[in-house]
Amino acid sequence: MSYRLGVDVGGTFTDLLLINEVNGQTHTAKVPSTPEDSSIGVLNGIDRICRESGIDPKKISRVMHGTTVATNAVLTGKGAKVGLVTTKGYKQVLQVARSFCPGGLGGWVSFVKKPLLAPLELTIEADERMGANGETVDTLDEAALRASLTTLKNTGQVEALTICFINAYLNGAHEQRAKEVAAEIFTDIPISISSDLVPEMQEYERTETTVVNSYVRPEVARYVENLNRSLITTMGEDLHLSILRSDGGLASARASAESPVNLLMSGPAGGVSGAMHFCKKAGFNDILTFDMGGTSTDVALIQNAKARVRRETRVGDVTVRAPSVDVRTVGAGGGSLAFVPELTKALRVGPESAGAKPGPAAYMKGGTEPTVCDANVVLGYLPSNVQLGGAMAIDKDAAVAAVKKVADAMDLTIEEAAEGIVKIANEAMFGALRLVSVEQGFDPRDFALVGFGGAGPLHANALGILTQAWPTIIPPGPGVLCAYGDATTVVRDEASKTFVKLLKDASAVELETVLDELKHKASATLITDGIALCDQKVTYQADLRYTGQAFQLSIEFTLAELQAQGVEVLKSQFDKEHTQLFTFALEEGHEIVMVRAIATASSGELPTMPQGSAVNTLDECKLADSQIYFEGQYHPTPIYDRNKMQTDLQIPGPAIVSEMDSTTVILPGYHTKVDAVGNLLINPAK
Amino acid sequence: MNNKILQTNTSPLKRVEVDTVTVDIIENALSNAREEMDAVLFRTAMSPGIREQGDCFPMIANKDGKMVVGQFGSFIHGFLEAYTGQLEEGDVILTNDPYMTNAAVSHLPDWIVLVPIFKESRHIAWSAMFGHMSDNGGMVPGSIPIKAESIFQEGIRIPPTKLYKKGVLQSDLLDLILHNVRTPQWNRFDLNALVAACNTAAKRCVEISERFGDDMFYSTMEIMLERNHVAMEAIINMLVPEEPRTFVDYVCDDGVGMGPYKIQCKMWREGNRAIFDFEGTDPQANSSINFYLNEDMFKMFFGSFTINLVDPQIVFNDGFYDLVDVHIPAGSLLKPNFPAALSGRTHALGRIFDVMGGLLGQGAPEAMNAAGFSDSPHLFYSGYDDKGEWFQLFQIGFGGIPGRPVGDGPDGHSLWPGFTNVPNEFIEAYFPLRVEKYETITDSGGAGKHRGGNGLSVAYRFLNDGNIAIHDERWLTYPWGVNGGTPGQRSTKILKRADGTQQILPAKCDGVAVKTGDLLYFNTWGGGGWGDPFLRDCNSVLDDVNRGLVSIEGAKRYGVVIVDGVVDARQTTTLRAALTEKRGETQLFDFGGTIEEIKARCLEETGLPAPQTPSFLKSRALK
Repeated sequence: MSYRLGVDVGGTFTDLLLINEVNGQTHTAKVPSTPEDSSIGVLNGIDRICRESGIDPKKISRVMHGTTVATNAVLTGKGAKVGLVTTKGYKQVLQVARSFCPGGLGGWVSFVKKPLLAPLELTIEADERMGANGETVDTLDEAALRASLTTLKNTGQVEALTICFINAYLNGAHEQRAKEVAAEIFTDIPISISSDLVPEMQEYERTETTVVNSYVRPEVARYVENLNRSLITTMGEDLHLSILRSDGGLASARASAESPVNLLMSGPAGGVSGAMHFCKKAGFNDILTFDMGGTSTDVALIQNAKARVRRETRVGDVTVRAPSVDVRTVGAGGGSLAFVPELTKALRVGPESAGAKPGPAAYMKGGTEPTVCDANVVLGYLPSNVQLGGAMAIDKDAAVAAVKKVADAMDLTIEEAAEGIVKIANEAMFGALRLVSVEQGFDPRDFALVGFGGAGPLHANALGILTQAWPTIIPPGPGVLCAYGDATTVVRDEASKTFVKLLKDASAVELETVLDELKHKASATLITDGIALCDQKVTYQADLRYTGQAFQLSIEFTLAELQAQGVEVLKSQFDKEHTQLFTFALEEGHEIVMVRAIATASSGELPTMPQGSAVNTLDECKLADSQIYFEGQYHPTPIYDRNKMQTDLQIPGPAIVSEMDSTTVILPGYHTKVDAVGNLLINPAK
Repeated sequence: MNNKILQTNTSPLKRVEVDTVTVDIIENALSNAREEMDAVLFRTAMSPGIREQGDCFPMIANKDGKMVVGQFGSFIHGFLEAYTGQLEEGDVILTNDPYMTNAAVSHLPDWIVLVPIFKESRHIAWSAMFGHMSDNGGMVPGSIPIKAESIFQEGIRIPPTKLYKKGVLQSDLLDLILHNVRTPQWNRFDLNALVAACNTAAKRCVEISERFGDDMFYSTMEIMLERNHVAMEAIINMLVPEEPRTFVDYVCDDGVGMGPYKIQCKMWREGNRAIFDFEGTDPQANSSINFYLNEDMFKMFFGSFTINLVDPQIVFNDGFYDLVDVHIPAGSLLKPNFPAALSGRTHALGRIFDVMGGLLGQGAPEAMNAAGFSDSPHLFYSGYDDKGEWFQLFQIGFGGIPGRPVGDGPDGHSLWPGFTNVPNEFIEAYFPLRVEKYETITDSGGAGKHRGGNGLSVAYRFLNDGNIAIHDERWLTYPWGVNGGTPGQRSTKILKRADGTQQILPAKCDGVAVKTGDLLYFNTWGGGGWGDPFLRDCNSVLDDVNRGLVSIEGAKRYGVVIVDGVVDARQTTTLRAALTEKRGETQLFDFGGTIEEIKARCLEETGLPAPQTPSFLKSRALK
């Protein structure tokens, strides 16, 4: 009997999911995260889950892990001290960045630029130059470089080194050589070079990406090594640790430690994978996901059970060129603060958040300002009058007092104010869902909406109404869905190369040569991690645009298609997608910008979790009677226990479905059914 | 004015009660729609000017033509007054003529697209967007000829014209227009993108209207306008004193040997109304530096710089126009008479922001920023490459952001909303040049408690023979410092020829032939300093020195003495005391001397002769 373990480390909780690889049986656990060293929380959780399930940790063969270690290092500014080597004349490439000041006219008045991730004090220049065709203009002055590097080393401050030269995306020879020289001087710190990590045009973005990689690298490496060592101690030598990448693939512990810039969206990618896992099983391949947490909400669009991956990752103010599941984040979460500016009397919700501390007023941790969570308590969506197993204690009076501030400022009743707060928060999330659907040419009505995360199930029904995406689905364990995602994804790596050429000048044969080289590069990582070539699947992508356009689309194709149809296959696919996005396509001017090979491990599907045989009636699931406020009036509303629910159970709204880590609201006029996978499917009542 | 709009459904939109939450939701949806306009444009436009630099501005207006969301205010009122035709569903208007749109666009390269939005055959709103085209024909590549004496030399003039009639593209017309520009392909694409963006906004307005009802949509836009009225009324009371205040600043020269040109504005409040009077501003120039400033646009500038004080999330709009009176004398630099040339208006446009800052700042010195919104420098480089193909580069440069109450000004950043630089690797891949240096200029930011941002030095190595043109400012007058801060360094342009000679180029010039191997140093100005430099934290000065942003010698402008990499506390105290005494009380403004003094030092300091005091053509002199 062998087990795999999914572990998701979030800001507040570490979620664990243990799956029996033979019969699909699962166990879950939730333990507090330990931000000072996340691995402690992970080990605590493993201890707990094994104790509670009575499973011997030695039987766990794979640990699949989503982590925010890299993300947090960026968000809290606690990454490594990064040294940077640039081409002569480009020392201030990060200082000037793209010269952009956010905000409208006058936005510069209040713009405060964050400190550079590679400080100018630790940036040196190398005398070298590549031209725009990849030709050497000036050779690398190694002696001068050696001297500058030695001076840099003598500062005693550099913990990771980055090398990024102009036009190195076309020819990385100087970077490679500089790395060799640097490795002789800096013998014990990681060195990242841009032509390895992200061989793409645009010097600022490439430098920033490589610097971010260096910035999080020591911390991630330390964490992964510690964790791996502890896991091996607990679970035995043959344990295999993998980390979830931002693009939804898994990487080995080793690959993650080398390119941690690929882990920045590891957390959200886990949620998307988890949602896909349950929806695919239930027959929903086109879904909109919305993962609502304390401070923000992540949304994504999934088509054909495949997440869209974009070539950019954004964390806080930092944007890097690393592939990530196309998740859009909006600053609306359970902790978002509501306020009313004195003059305009408008109701504003977020983006400021009460955070974990002081938190929403209802949580009694010192918060007194009204939050979305408090509004949910006032409206009865988050019940305070029954003791729910494991849930946090909720003080309704404190929530009422907080929301009263908004009510008084706007001259509304407490309930009206609370409903206003919830509506504005919903609208912000709706905006994000529109961004990934309508604005990309997709009609949300063709999708199902999946709500998860701590607060997602509270707002899912309301967002179903706004998007008209039915059914609205609440998967099992919505609060630990990321851990499900971690446990159900496959190992993946990719290799890409800039290949700027007009399509009419490109031949299938020459493309094949490049792809073959990339295929070997991508596969090599998996082979190093013990996945034989025969257990791998390789797919190809080309990024295309109309020449001169800034925007490019990734077109997926197979080798067979390329051989059969030639480069035409790229053109027709590109035109189709371009039309979907922008309502037009052009006859000519198609340009390839970049090509890529993606290697994934083929792995068997996990068996479905067995369903229990007991059948409870709805009444038997009932915990208590309560009431909710909706559209200006109170409605009597029963509260049910999700753990007692079985397949095909029907739940008329209004109702509240409660479980360990989340609460689902079913609004009046809506109806819910439990499907064979255990999902709650919310639909308009007939 | 809606009699110019043909609608078969004429039932009027009604003002209805809208609850606050719904207003907030629609407000949010409208600003999302505006952002989507930008997104659509950036992704589908083709010229680097629009898609990489973001030189474009979207707007959504209510049915009466008042801007509800946007940046530069509405011109629809003026347009409708001038327009003699009738508009129908599916029509799309294109124009670029400042004189026919009451200066909604202020020079010909800005092409503006306007779409009346209909729902169920009833006109409910407008969307519009303008973008700076790479070329508009005329005397010089890039179509900003500094020597133009009339707008007829600045390329094709497009009066308000239907680009689409009832949804059908007037391709003959478009071909005629594009036949007159040097970059027809780029313009065609960019224009397409502008139309796509406006159509997207139209679609969103219809959707919002469907969701909430037409009357709710209409009424909410009214309420949004009223919200701005309330907010701006408070701001005017807060910032604009009843006692008149005057501020004067200058455009350094007109590119044909005369300057500086004076811009003068007097501001005061009467009751709840703010009055801005530009009487005293110099008459129009005989070159293209005239800036036809729409009164409403100035109101918009005023509002957008101040409204954030009371509700940072408010969606800014036209709603407060009746609270502001603006008087601009006809025939002046800011309201030239037809057919004065206008293409080089960017210099005076930038200067207007410094003037406004100086005016408002006199009443609230602590909240005032130093000068730096001084210009939007341009470089054009064009010619035939070795394959015989035409190339034409247009680049917008950036200087230093001034010192501000909130802190130091960023180095080499944009003062214009949404603008970004073009990646040098992109330029090198598509144009025959190499950018050999791209860094900020040490010590160019004005000293202050909060340092002005450094200007940027970009070294362009030309790899092909061609022509260049330059537009820049603040080469003569300084980006001034405030509250004791000193001025920023001025801009310079140096051409180092491959043959070993060196030439200082004027800030405004065109038709300068360059040869393969020539190297141009395009150096922009630094931002002015804010606050007493002798009160700046010594460690911040040391950091700047360690980062190469300030030199050890430059640190002495802060009274900071650095020895062996550390601040020498004793010498610093002594120097600061001496310098403080020598200077005396800090002044509100430091202009770096009077115009006469600056001109007297001009040749020696800049290597360029001082411009002649402007003399004005009689027929255009002000009464």
